[in-house]
Amino acid sequence: MAETLRGRAANWLGLVPFIVFAVLFLILPTLYIVVGAFRTPEGAFTFQNIIGLNTASIRNAYWVSIKVSFMSALLGCAIGFAIAAAITLGSLPKRVRGPMITFSGVASNFAGVPLAFAFIATIGPAGLITMYLRTEWGINLRVYGWNLLSTWGLIVTYLFFQIPLMILIITPALDGLKREWREAAEVLGATGLQYWRMVAFPILFPSILGTMALLFANAFGAVATAIALTGPSLNIAPILLYAQIRGDVLGSPNLGYALAFGMIVITGLANTIYIVLRIRSERWLK
Amino acid sequence: MNKVFAWIAFLFGVLYFILPLFGMAEFSLSMRRGVYSLDAYRVVLADPQFQATFTFSVVMALVTIAFGILLVVPTAYWVRLKLPGMRPWVEFVTLLPLVIPAIVVVFGYIRLYNTSSWLPMTGTATGTNILLMFGYSMLSLPYMYRAVDTGLRAIDVATLTEAAQSMGAGWGTILARVILPNVLPAVLSGAFLTLAIVIGEFTMAALLDRPAFGPYMQILGANKAYEPAALAVIAFAITWACMGLIQLSTRFSKHTRAMS
Amino acid sequence: MAFLDLSNLQKSFGQNHVVKDFSIAVEQGEFVSLLGPSGCGKTTVLRMVGGFETPSAGSITIDGRDVTGLRPNQRAIGMVFQSYALFPNLTVGQNVAFGLKVAGVGRAERDARVAEMLDLIGLADLGARYPFQLSGGQQQRVALARALAPRPKVLLLDEPLSALDAKIRVSLRTEIRAIQKRLGITTIFVTHDQEEALSMSDRVVVMSGGRADQIGTPFEIYNAPATRFVAGFVGTLNTFDAVVTDPATGSVTLNGLPLALDRPLDAAKGATIGVALRPEAARLGRDPSREVVLPATITAVQFMGAVVRITAEVAGRRFDLDTFNRVDTPPPAVGGEAEISVGARDFILLGD
Ligand SMILES: Nc1ncnc2c1ncn2[C@@H]1O[C@H](COP(=O)(O)OP(=O)(O)OP(=O)(O)O)[C@@H](O)[C@H]1O
Ligand SMILES: [Mg+2]
Repeated sequence: MAETLRGRAANWLGLVPFIVFAVLFLILPTLYIVVGAFRTPEGAFTFQNIIGLNTASIRNAYWVSIKVSFMSALLGCAIGFAIAAAITLGSLPKRVRGPMITFSGVASNFAGVPLAFAFIATIGPAGLITMYLRTEWGINLRVYGWNLLSTWGLIVTYLFFQIPLMILIITPALDGLKREWREAAEVLGATGLQYWRMVAFPILFPSILGTMALLFANAFGAVATAIALTGPSLNIAPILLYAQIRGDVLGSPNLGYALAFGMIVITGLANTIYIVLRIRSERWLK
Repeated sequence: MNKVFAWIAFLFGVLYFILPLFGMAEFSLSMRRGVYSLDAYRVVLADPQFQATFTFSVVMALVTIAFGILLVVPTAYWVRLKLPGMRPWVEFVTLLPLVIPAIVVVFGYIRLYNTSSWLPMTGTATGTNILLMFGYSMLSLPYMYRAVDTGLRAIDVATLTEAAQSMGAGWGTILARVILPNVLPAVLSGAFLTLAIVIGEFTMAALLDRPAFGPYMQILGANKAYEPAALAVIAFAITWACMGLIQLSTRFSKHTRAMS
Repeated sequence: MAFLDLSNLQKSFGQNHVVKDFSIAVEQGEFVSLLGPSGCGKTTVLRMVGGFETPSAGSITIDGRDVTGLRPNQRAIGMVFQSYALFPNLTVGQNVAFGLKVAGVGRAERDARVAEMLDLIGLADLGARYPFQLSGGQQQRVALARALAPRPKVLLLDEPLSALDAKIRVSLRTEIRAIQKRLGITTIFVTHDQEEALSMSDRVVVMSGGRADQIGTPFEIYNAPATRFVAGFVGTLNTFDAVVTDPATGSVTLNGLPLALDRPLDAAKGATIGVALRPEAARLGRDPSREVVLPATITAVQFMGAVVRITAEVAGRRFDLDTFNRVDTPPPAVGGEAEISVGARDFILLGD
């Protein structure tokens, strides 16, 4: 008895380095922020910081962030899905699949500062496409309301890594669709659309949702691309937090904690929604 | 109909990926008026700041990879061998960095490990560098852990361990001589991904005030026109190289598996 | 015109000629099996009927309608796959209802039909389960119910039993046949298991190399194989080369031993023809009711309980025969001499 107890304790010993690392550099820092969000500078419990988030500027920052993240996740999912379906379901020559997957691997990791530079050079005010359209076709994108340093500019830029990420994650799921399912549906009289609506899409739904949550969190926490693209001018949550950490622009450190706490809540919420929906839609799996 | 739709989707994707790359490449070559030239690259590469920050980031990446391997391989191995019940929990923790924004975590670092705290890591440059390295390890944890865990799934951990133990090997020997070589391709792909992430990383380095490549690029971007495009091309080439090396290492793994 | 008519079907994949000039007329309510070795084109024929492959030439009509160019969803066909292919996201009931739902059948009628079908396959209580909660045999029965629910004109089954274990396989094949008879549905059944084909079918098509070698009732296929291939593929066979001495009376010599086959032969005097015997047609010992007696040397005896399988050497060839076990007759000794009696009419003549 004592033997096995000691053995079990020794088993846990092997996990200690990981636990120490995770606690010190992931969990404790996060908890510190969370706890700080509910404390006064003197250390007393308060909701004042959370309430303090309710200013027009902070509300707007969250809202723009959510909009950018949601739209880039949604569009990334939709476009990435279409491309993944095109390369997996046999309508295109088999040769295009390998290069597309490889390229997606690269593009999904090409984020941050250089990505912003690439888009500035392409559709920024003096970018390649912008200039081309203006000189060759007389089309001035600005007149049509295009501005890279805006919400939509950010969305378009984020899509550069969101789409390939979706392709990478959804391709195995599409490969998992059995040919017989499609044939069984067809021979039972279903049209292609009915097959997708009643069989394929429900089967893929958890994967799509999961990727969507991942893409959302991915965009929501992205700081570098946004800062390199727009500087501190665009009012979104991560940039506001960045400015707060550097220079306490909110005038209260604890309000900064609350701002960061809000970000955790939102990405956490996205993932909770994902988990709940996933469990509900996976009743038919073991 | 299906075919048309598939081609449209595919070509849209190709254009979306190619145009920005083309744009940045073209821009990076346009420093001299009227002709294409490598001036922007020449200026960037000659910049001592570039050399210093780039070196800093590469070294950081290598240290991060070394630490990541030391942390992740034994942990993943141990969990598979002795604590299979804990696997979902460990996996959950390793996925947390995908949920909690990095900027929030680094905010916590700054407050938790500042000069007046119990562990004043940000007090010295070395301390801050170590803190940054831990931060990078945290960022790469989801990828590293998954890669290694997948690699371990393909081998029979328990049997290998028993075989090694029966020949008198200790834990260190088992890990270094038996387990690591078997998951080397997986470890390598995790390592190259870490390299790709760390070299251009901006948020943590900037907020911890370290002279890394990411913040350098951002500052240059705010002040120059053509050099940033050249930097973007370089960064893209590095990412591409890392991904190529990952593919190479997985191909290597298929090769060895076929041989065994 | 027959109910289901396949005429002169051809199919090539590139250079690969997979189905060659395949024709069969299937009557309404008939159960026809396609039997043949792996790669002979059984599945390809079935998939052409289902509409998943377009024939390179030839035509398919169902109930007087040419369906050759129609898509699978316009053919009113039911199909059961080897891998079950149940939709994993739908319950058993929803799977069975699928065909009715896409056809726009109303809720009440649909529910009634689903209940009826589940009753038919004996799984009335399992309508709310998901496929993963069923055994393989249950899943395949659900797949059958799903295929039958929209009242298809033709039912296609592609090796539906080969993923199941032996016991279920046997019980399910009786069940499938019973359901097929009850509904009177025209059925094509693909298998490479001869016992399955012989026991279930009204007619069997033996295929080789993309061609139908023989089409006939199980009795005909087994007892009067049209080609050497059919004879060799279906059942066990002892084959000999015989030299014709008198075509009119059917006299031949077998390794110098004269015997009468008791029927006119379609071969010239002096020609060599193939003759064969089933293991169960021969009898150990001298039997006055049988005309032919062959001297044999016993080379092996396999006691299997009810049946004793004896291997002997006859006319310089290996010869298998089966006898029933009898309490008063112990099996013969290996190496001993024996006599084997055969009826003259039991000899099977082998064509090419
Ligand atoms: N889509 C295809 N493209 C190319 N060749 C094919 C295709 N489908 C089948 N074949 C070839 O056609 C031949 C017959 O295949 P088929 O599946 O009809 O055989 P089968 O009789 O059903 O065999 P099995 O008993 O193994 O299922 C095989 O040689 C196969 O390789
Ligand atoms: Mg087949």
